[in-house]
Amino acid sequence: MSEHDRGPSDPPPGRPAVRGRAHGNSPGPGGSTRLDSYVDRYAARTQGMTASEIRALFSVASRPEVVSLAGGMPNISGLPLDVVGDAIADLVSTRGTVAMQYGSGQGDPHLRDQICDVMRLEGIEAHPDDVVVTVGSQQAVDLVTRIFCDPGDVVICEAPSYVGALGVFKAYECDVVHVEMDEHGLVPSALREAIATVQAAGRRIKFVYTIPNYHNPAGVTLSSERRPEILKICRDADVLVLEDNPYGLLGFDEEPYRALRADEADGVIYLGSFSKTFAPGFRVGWALAPHAVREKLVLAQESATLCPPSFSQLAVSAYLEKHDWLGQVKQFREMYRERRDAMVGALSDMMPAAAHWNVPTGGFYVWLTLPPGLDAKAMLPRAVTARVAFVPGTAFFADGFGSQSMRLSYCYPTPERIREGVRRLVGVIEEELELRATFGTGLGEAATLELNRGYDGPTSDLT
Amino acid sequence: MGPGAPAATRVVVLAGGLSHERDVSLRSGRRVAEALRESGAEVEVRDMDADLLRVLRDDRPDCVVPLLHGETGEDGAVREVLELVGLPYVGSRPSACRAAFDKPVAKAVVQRAGIHTPVGVTLPHETFRELGAAAVMEAIIASVGLPLFVKPARGGSALGCTAVREASALASAMVGAFAYGDTALVERFVEGIEVAVPVVDTGAGARALPVVSIEPDGGVYDYTARYTAGSTRFEVPAKLPDVLAAECARVAVLAHDTLGLRDLSRSDLIIDADGTVWFLEVNVAPGLTETSTVPLSVGAAGLDLGDLVADLVRAAMVRSTQPASPTTGADPS
Repeated sequence: MSEHDRGPSDPPPGRPAVRGRAHGNSPGPGGSTRLDSYVDRYAARTQGMTASEIRALFSVASRPEVVSLAGGMPNISGLPLDVVGDAIADLVSTRGTVAMQYGSGQGDPHLRDQICDVMRLEGIEAHPDDVVVTVGSQQAVDLVTRIFCDPGDVVICEAPSYVGALGVFKAYECDVVHVEMDEHGLVPSALREAIATVQAAGRRIKFVYTIPNYHNPAGVTLSSERRPEILKICRDADVLVLEDNPYGLLGFDEEPYRALRADEADGVIYLGSFSKTFAPGFRVGWALAPHAVREKLVLAQESATLCPPSFSQLAVSAYLEKHDWLGQVKQFREMYRERRDAMVGALSDMMPAAAHWNVPTGGFYVWLTLPPGLDAKAMLPRAVTARVAFVPGTAFFADGFGSQSMRLSYCYPTPERIREGVRRLVGVIEEELELRATFGTGLGEAATLELNRGYDGPTSDLT
Repeated sequence: MGPGAPAATRVVVLAGGLSHERDVSLRSGRRVAEALRESGAEVEVRDMDADLLRVLRDDRPDCVVPLLHGETGEDGAVREVLELVGLPYVGSRPSACRAAFDKPVAKAVVQRAGIHTPVGVTLPHETFRELGAAAVMEAIIASVGLPLFVKPARGGSALGCTAVREASALASAMVGAFAYGDTALVERFVEGIEVAVPVVDTGAGARALPVVSIEPDGGVYDYTARYTAGSTRFEVPAKLPDVLAAECARVAVLAHDTLGLRDLSRSDLIIDADGTVWFLEVNVAPGLTETSTVPLSVGAAGLDLGDLVADLVRAAMVRSTQPASPTTGADPS
């Protein structure tokens, strides 16, 4: 093995290789190799960070021939790029040395002020001091989990839940307990029962993670009636609520719902994002937290990134200031409503009777449950052949449930493409039904055994 | 490059495509492109798209290296088009690809040449529907016996493949294979040492590279085991008695020649407890990813992957200046 071939942790020449293996990432003159000389050194939390057949199949979803109903990318083609361009040019010429410098770990003060204005639309009265800017709200989920969760702590999530949050909880080795939702969102009695069961087992619940508005992936919204009830259950049980709200301003028919945080300042950490109301490429989100928690979040943020990117924050800030951003959100809503209509219209026209789905009143997603006996994951190869992609339901559960469901997104493809995608999907389902009829139902579990290995979460340009 | 220095060979690496193995192909493409660049070639990596033919026609690269896996990549279609536009390319002719990519056809051809291959049956899903799945599966088990191995008749990377040890598991294995294609191959599962044997021919005749033995941690060399570094142990050269290693090499070269393959192939074989070498399948566009067996074997032979592919490129370019040879493929003569 040449010096060049040695991994940084490989034993130097003359010292025996760990456990007597010949190591090296490059195949040397031969011997035994696992192609990863670090394989015995990874942290336990990397278990499951493996290649997956399902993830590999998503690789075709970005091709133009494929109608991707799998993606969660917002359609930002309607953004006024000239306005954004001018604002950024102005930023560089007038405040360039600030924008390109390190900033505060908590985030730009002026942007935090503007964030408070944004949150006021959902009934939240907050102080900029209690806002921590993060690299997308995804990082806020990470930081909150980092400061609250030890391995083995319980996090309660909806069933199904956001795949990106489940990935964070898994990375911090939390145990996820899912709680049922219905068409009105999280079911209070189910939440009460789950909390009682976990606590009776002597286990510590660190928080309830919920997406109250236009849920990803379920498409449902927590009703106004249930909101105080959910808060009371958590307060009584002394459980914190992590309210993740990236889609709150994207309702099609109604005023924004009142945030959980609007009626409960102490027991709720609220997460927001500019990814869907402006653009995800800036990676600007935030957490609003009670004072003591906020202190820890800032320290955690400093250890993670030193500070959130100044340039992105100032660019977002300039956009909010110089553009009718709410008017833009309204345009987004109209565009998404049209796509939602295309999706649910096509589903009503074409889907077999035994399939069912919800009609979302905002956001990006429809949650479709297949006719009995079908398995969404097992169908994905056939769907790829038919040039249509979706995310199998199991990605949204920490425990392998959800095999009969899938998430369909209507945010990115045009209405015509959505209809074509549904047409292809129906063809796939019909072929699968025929195959299941041939081989008998009740194969569900066994049929996907071979598909169940590896990390199946979709890639970042899909979530 | 100074004035007067020879221009670098311009190579287009084709990677991606729309098959189930797109991801694998992209990985192979990245790795080979890098290796070729290091050996001095000027490389462009291109996906399959509506623009490709125009670009190939206009730019006229010196050679094309198709690294598309799965359907159109390995069934010969892309190479047929490369023949149409008259560009030199690395790899087997279309007709040979067609035969090799279709596992049942390849098995039949190599069997006629005296190579052992597990007994099996190839059936489209319609047969199960028309005759009743239970009856057909019963007949398969009665004839072929257990354990069985079920795979799509065409395709790679172990996608849709399942080992079946009990009769009750056959139905779900069939469904798994039919998710990837309309025809499935059900063959007798041979227990033994799993090995891969690359065969290369840079102009001086086909020769086998060192045998690689494969021991996946979970016992099954499935997609996760194939593409997660660290989850499979490879031994290269495989720790085999010389006579067995030589037999593996002989079988791989014979399969390569019998199927009329060219330049590079990889045979997947199993050595059973009696020392019999069984042919499972051959790949005309073997994976060349960071975790693939061919680059391991190339390294163990003391070769550099970039230099080897550059040699194959040169051979393809020389070949294209020679009078056309018969393009019948699968031609043992």
